[in-house]
Amino acid sequence: MTATLPLISLRSVGRTYRTDGIAVTAVRNVSFDVDQGEILAVMGPSGSGKSTLMNMIGLLDLPSEGAIYLEGTNVADLSEDRRSTLRARSIGFVFQSYNLLARHNAIENVALPLVYCGVGHKERLGRAEQSLEAVGMLHRAHHFPRQLSGGEQQRVAIARALIASPLIILADEPTGALDSRTGAEILALFAALNQTGQTIVMITHDPGIATQCRRTIHLHDGELVGDETQIPLIPKRSVAS
Amino acid sequence: MTMLQGFQIALHALRLNPLRSFLTMLGIVIGVASIVTVFAIGAGAQLRLQEQIRSIGANVLMITPGAVYQGGVRLKDGSKLTMTESDVQAILEQIPEIQAAAGSIAGTAQVIHEGKNWNTTINGTTTGHFMVRDWQLSSGRYFSSAEEAAAGKVVILGSTVARELFAPDADPIGAQIRIMKVPLEVVGVLDRKGPAQDDVAFVPLTTAKLRFLGSASNINRDSVAYIIAKVAADGQMAGARSEIEGLLRQRHRVPAGQEDDFKVQDPAAAMEAQQGAIRTVALLLVAIASVSLLVGGISIMNVMIVSVTERTREIGIRRALGGRMRDIRLQFLCEALVLCLLGGAIGVLSGVTLSMTVARMAGWITSIDSEAIALALAFSIATGLIFGFYPAHKASKLSPIEALKTE
Ligand SMILES: Nc1ncnc2c1ncn2[C@@H]1O[C@H](COP(=O)(O)OP(=O)(O)OP(=O)(O)O)[C@@H](O)[C@H]1O
Ligand SMILES: [Mg+2]
Repeated sequence: MTATLPLISLRSVGRTYRTDGIAVTAVRNVSFDVDQGEILAVMGPSGSGKSTLMNMIGLLDLPSEGAIYLEGTNVADLSEDRRSTLRARSIGFVFQSYNLLARHNAIENVALPLVYCGVGHKERLGRAEQSLEAVGMLHRAHHFPRQLSGGEQQRVAIARALIASPLIILADEPTGALDSRTGAEILALFAALNQTGQTIVMITHDPGIATQCRRTIHLHDGELVGDETQIPLIPKRSVAS
Repeated sequence: MTMLQGFQIALHALRLNPLRSFLTMLGIVIGVASIVTVFAIGAGAQLRLQEQIRSIGANVLMITPGAVYQGGVRLKDGSKLTMTESDVQAILEQIPEIQAAAGSIAGTAQVIHEGKNWNTTINGTTTGHFMVRDWQLSSGRYFSSAEEAAAGKVVILGSTVARELFAPDADPIGAQIRIMKVPLEVVGVLDRKGPAQDDVAFVPLTTAKLRFLGSASNINRDSVAYIIAKVAADGQMAGARSEIEGLLRQRHRVPAGQEDDFKVQDPAAAMEAQQGAIRTVALLLVAIASVSLLVGGISIMNVMIVSVTERTREIGIRRALGGRMRDIRLQFLCEALVLCLLGGAIGVLSGVTLSMTVARMAGWITSIDSEAIALALAFSIATGLIFGFYPAHKASKLSPIEALKTE
């Protein structure tokens, strides 16, 4: 195998919040790589810094120590505008609370990232239809979020995350607000997307879900305490020991 | 994100809350409507004055009756006709700067022609009147000296009266009309001078006195209601005026120290002064209307600030999905602009409607020019930009992470 550049590299990443002179270190000295095509679970107790880490990988926040490289580029070297544009083109967010715009219907929500990619109206709608089709929600394209169940809203949110063919999908507890059956369906959707080569990083509290991802990272008090690659339930290839 | 997309998003957001959007832009609507209306009425008043100044003619002095004392009591100005035809004659003969002069008496009466009926001003005067006012004929002739001397049964019609009494294709010259049962022959029709001026019929002064006012006992056979006189050149106005005053004081034997029993006026100068006053009042009203525009702008700013707070989460979502700070700023700026432009457009429409209604109901002349409309719209765009900028800037500065955490 040729040595390719990792999609994402974290090198001694730390993040300290300073409010009223009190410093809270949410993430400290975290280093790991994410390769193209991986599906990665991030686990850890509440307050262990999972969301903080994900915000930094998603270019919403910058590390206060260390560096994050996206395809070899130190993201701290990019301008605020450039990071925003990269979010539109290369990052797909999925949130625990779906975060759909309540006053726009499903297809408008899905098409939204393309507005910030400079894609025209017609093409936006065409691609939004394809994306909705991919998550099995095309028949609800003109429904508003309040007319959809939680699981359906999360499917629409995943369609939105997919629409710009991002390098990576970042999901922060995507099944946290769903019952176990619906959660399993969403997880199956992620697994299917990963089968097509989509890189996914997913925060979860549920060990059952984590075990379905090939690799799991454990955080505790902001520190990386474990990075294990396990045999998946449906093995794609054997893991060398 | 383009401007167009910004406007689309803005329209979408504003449509969701039509009542609130309308109330927000009400200040702008009222401000713009008042500016347009004030401009229209002010411009109309100016036009009307200009027309009156033109219709009087250049370098014209007007002499009207002044204070009259009876047994030591000062009577109201004009309560007695103090000017006479001999005064006219004296002015013409003794004051070299005077080119033409004429005395008039006037009243209103019905004019009748073949069943058509029109109420108008009857002015008894001499041909000099038309010379003073530079008033040309569109057809026919002025009075002859014989007609003026012998109370000829002739009449010269203003264009409005001619239009009201005669069919468009008929020639009024030579036709017989009746005024107060007296049959008169139309010998001339005058050029148009302006709506307020053309509604008149002229008869010789002698005719008016003999045939229409003959029985009025308070009228001296020689007296006239007013005199108009034309001064040869602009620079001679003041000189001619004081000469007339001197001459008339002497002729009327006004004792030294007592008020004149006549007044010499320069109507064009008086109207020009009035025009200046109208301009000042209009400016004042526009200033007041601008305050309403300012209040409208503040109200838009207020609602936009509330809207940014309410939509913090939306802003966080848009930022997470790739919206740049300037995209967020553009979005909210577009919203303020759409509010102001829509308010401005509604304001222009209401202003135009209002001034047309005023024109119809009060009979004022109003004049709506595109410059006033452009100015009002420019004002509202400026209001949108000025008062929309701060909330839009505030929205763009929100931290996406914090914004996503809000409920
Ligand atoms: N803006 C902030 N200012 C100060 N401290 C913060 C801020 N954001 C997060 N923290 C702190 O950083 C630590 C990590 O927070 P983070 O949200 O990353 O945890 P998490 O692992 O996602 O927790 P959860 O599982 O509950 O979502 C917490 O102690 C939190 O209080
Ligand atoms: Mg979290």
